[in-house]
This record gives sequence, C-alpha cells and structure tokens, in this order.
Amino acid sequence: MGVLQELWGWLADPTNWRGVEGIPNRVFEHVQISLYATCAAALVAIPVGLYIGHARRFEFTVVSVGNIGRALPSFGVLALVFPLTFHLPGEIGFWPTLIALFVLAIPPILTNTYTGIKGVDRDVVEAARGMGLTGGGILRTIELPLARPLIVAGLRTAAVQVVATATLGAVVGWGGLGRFIIDGFAVRDEGQILGGALLVALLAVATEVALALLERATAPRGATRAPELEVVPAGSAWGFRAPQ
Amino acid sequence: MDLLGWIDANREEIVARLYEHVELTGLAVALGFVISFPFGVLAHRRRRLYGPIAGVTGLLYTIPSLALFAFLVPYTGLSTTTAEIGLVSYTLLILIRNIVAGLDSVPTDVLEAARGMGYSRRQLLWRVQLPLAVPVIVAGIRIATVTTIGLVTVTALIGKGGFGIFILQGLRAFGNNNEATVMGALLSIALAVAADAVLVVCERLLTPWARGGAA
Repeated sequence: MGVLQELWGWLADPTNWRGVEGIPNRVFEHVQISLYATCAAALVAIPVGLYIGHARRFEFTVVSVGNIGRALPSFGVLALVFPLTFHLPGEIGFWPTLIALFVLAIPPILTNTYTGIKGVDRDVVEAARGMGLTGGGILRTIELPLARPLIVAGLRTAAVQVVATATLGAVVGWGGLGRFIIDGFAVRDEGQILGGALLVALLAVATEVALALLERATAPRGATRAPELEVVPAGSAWGFRAPQ
Repeated sequence: MDLLGWIDANREEIVARLYEHVELTGLAVALGFVISFPFGVLAHRRRRLYGPIAGVTGLLYTIPSLALFAFLVPYTGLSTTTAEIGLVSYTLLILIRNIVAGLDSVPTDVLEAARGMGYSRRQLLWRVQLPLAVPVIVAGIRIATVTTIGLVTVTALIGKGGFGIFILQGLRAFGNNNEATVMGALLSIALAVAADAVLVVCERLLTPWARGGAA
C-alpha cells in the first residue's frame, strides 16, 4: 500500500477521532500546553522587557538571554528538565514539557519587548516629559503603544516556536500531536506518523497565520508593520527565531 | 552529578559525536548555501520573485522539525539523507534573506561607478556586489550554523544526532544518567558558540579592507 493511502486510511479511521488518544483531544492538549507556556512566558518577559527598555538598566541581561536562547537546543532543555520534575504531581511529561516551552518562549518575547521600547524615538519621550508626563505615564501612553507591534511580533515568534517544540513533549511522555509521530515510529505505522506530522505542520502554520493577523490588527494606524523575520545586520548573529 | 567522570568515561564517543555533529551541520549549511545562492541572486535581480521564494522557504521554516523528519522517513528511511533534507530546508530562508539583503546593501553610487568603468553584469556581481555583501551574508551563515547545531540534536530521534545522542541517552535512562543529558546540551551549546566565533574570524579574513577601523 502506498504511503499516501496509509495516511488517508489513518485519517479516515473513525477510531482515531475518538477518546483520549483521538485526534481532537491530542490537538486540544497540544494547543493547551502551548497556550499555558506562551502566556506564562509573556507574563514574565513583557514586564521585565518593559522595565529594562524603559529604565535602560540591566540591558546586558536581555542580550545574554537572547544569545543563550539562540544556542539552546530545545530538545536539550526538555531532557534537562525531565528528571527534575519527576516528583511534581500531574500527568507524566506535563511539567517538563511546560517548563521547557516556557524557557524557550522567554527570549523572543523579552528581546522584542525591550527592542520595541528602546526603539521609541527619544524626542517623542522628551516631548512627553516636557508636557509633564511621569515615567509610568510615558511608559503607558507613549512607549507601550508604539512598541506594541514589535511585542506582538515577539509573541508570534514565541508561539510558533512553542507549538513546534510541543511536538517533542511526546518524547517525555506528554500527549499532544507529537504522540502520533513517536508512537507511529514505535509501531512502524507510517499512516500514523504522516498523519501526526501533517497535523502538527498544519497547526504550526495556522498559529503563524492567526498571530500574523492579530499583529496586523493591533498595529497602530499608519505605523509600518514589524518585519516578518528581521534580517540580522552584520555583526550580530543573534536574535533570530530558530525552527524547532 | 559527576560530569568530569562522565567525560573521562566517554572520551572516545564524545570525539566521534563531535565529528558527527560538525559533519551534519557543515554539510547542511554548505548545501543550504549552494541552493540559496542562485535563489538569492535571482530574487535580488527579479524582485517579483522574492515574495514567492520567501513564502515557500518561510513555510518550510514553520514546519516542526520532528514533523518534517517524520514526513521523510517513509521515503528516505532513518538515514543521513533524511536528516540533511530537514536541516538544509531550515537554512534556506535565513540564507536567502541575508544574501538578498547583502546584495541590496551595496550603495548605488558604487554600482554606477563600476558600470562606468565598464564592468559587465557578471563582473559587477563577483567583483563588487558580493565582496561588499560579505558581512551581511556571513551574518546569515552564522545564524544558519548556530540554528542548525541546535537542530542536529533533534535528529537523535531518527538515529543521527551528534551530541543529541547523549541527550537521548540521558532521557531514556529516566534520571539515572543525567550527566549524559547535561553534557549533551552543554556540548551542543559550546559547539554553537565556537562555530560562531570561527565564522567571525572567517568574515575578518574575507574582508581585509574592513580591518583597522574607520580612517
């Protein structure tokens, strides 16, 4: 039987669409853990990025986090966290996957928030200060709105990376769509491997598209959109999103 | 955790895995560059084609690596070919973007001057545009290299992996071989940092005129 027929056979089998091991539940698990990780990372990285960008203090930490994030193999993070979370309650694989995804989502959000705030025209900030706005007011009414496109772009980068990496959660026993790929390899079921791969790829692309639309919707009127993927200037090889 | 003991006990395998990791990475970046170069030049000359080229390579970039490897296994098996197809496809977007940006960065005055001196289009590309684009192109190669070194660890799941094999060994031991995991990750990071440094030196050697700072 051809590979595509196996794929079709797997997708068309109604038993693959039911229950805990069914496709809908695996999609749900995948989206759920990705959402938790991205939101948790945003809750930490956005305030820190805002503070560092606004106060211009501890700026080296952003650069370091970005550099390390680039070189950090996501597979390695997952494996490192795995033994540390044995005693935590909850389903097997949940915590290592969540923590690894959280760690991976931090650098792009932090870097973009910081860059966005720092990139706000100093003249605009000075003008606002001259008009009597204080630090907090400047951050809220001037810097944050102007930095928003870049912050959302950072969230998008992080979310796509997280959705892609959540696939690896199956290696440590978590569910999600990676389950089909890992289990498919284990039992040499090509239909299942391809089905899982197809669903993960679709989910990653859907995440990218959905967040690109969000990015466009939240951009202030008249502002130029943040570049999809920045071309990194010569001399700074870091700060680029890695595929996972 | 006894990391030094682990290193001592696995000295030979570390060297073998280092070799494998470098080989997988080097081949992927080299092949990626050979593919990206004509596309980058083409996209620079025919701007209309840039959108489609960036779109296709961007799509490849979004597909999770494990999924991409899974797609390929039925056709190419658990082989180096499978690993390389995946690794190469992730380098394309980065390399093409930076090749185009590098060629774009050459000032128009310089191009005009070279044309006025009678340079043909080919001479212009090889003698003027490419040398001046080297810093931006090398920046792309650096990113592609560092990214690929991290991705190689994932290929452990399809039987390759370089230092990723250590990570997988540690993972499979359920906490009884954490040294392998930690060292696998650390070695991979160290290799990424080292490779980046080597490429910076290469860039300096390729652009001798940029040395000595601003006059």
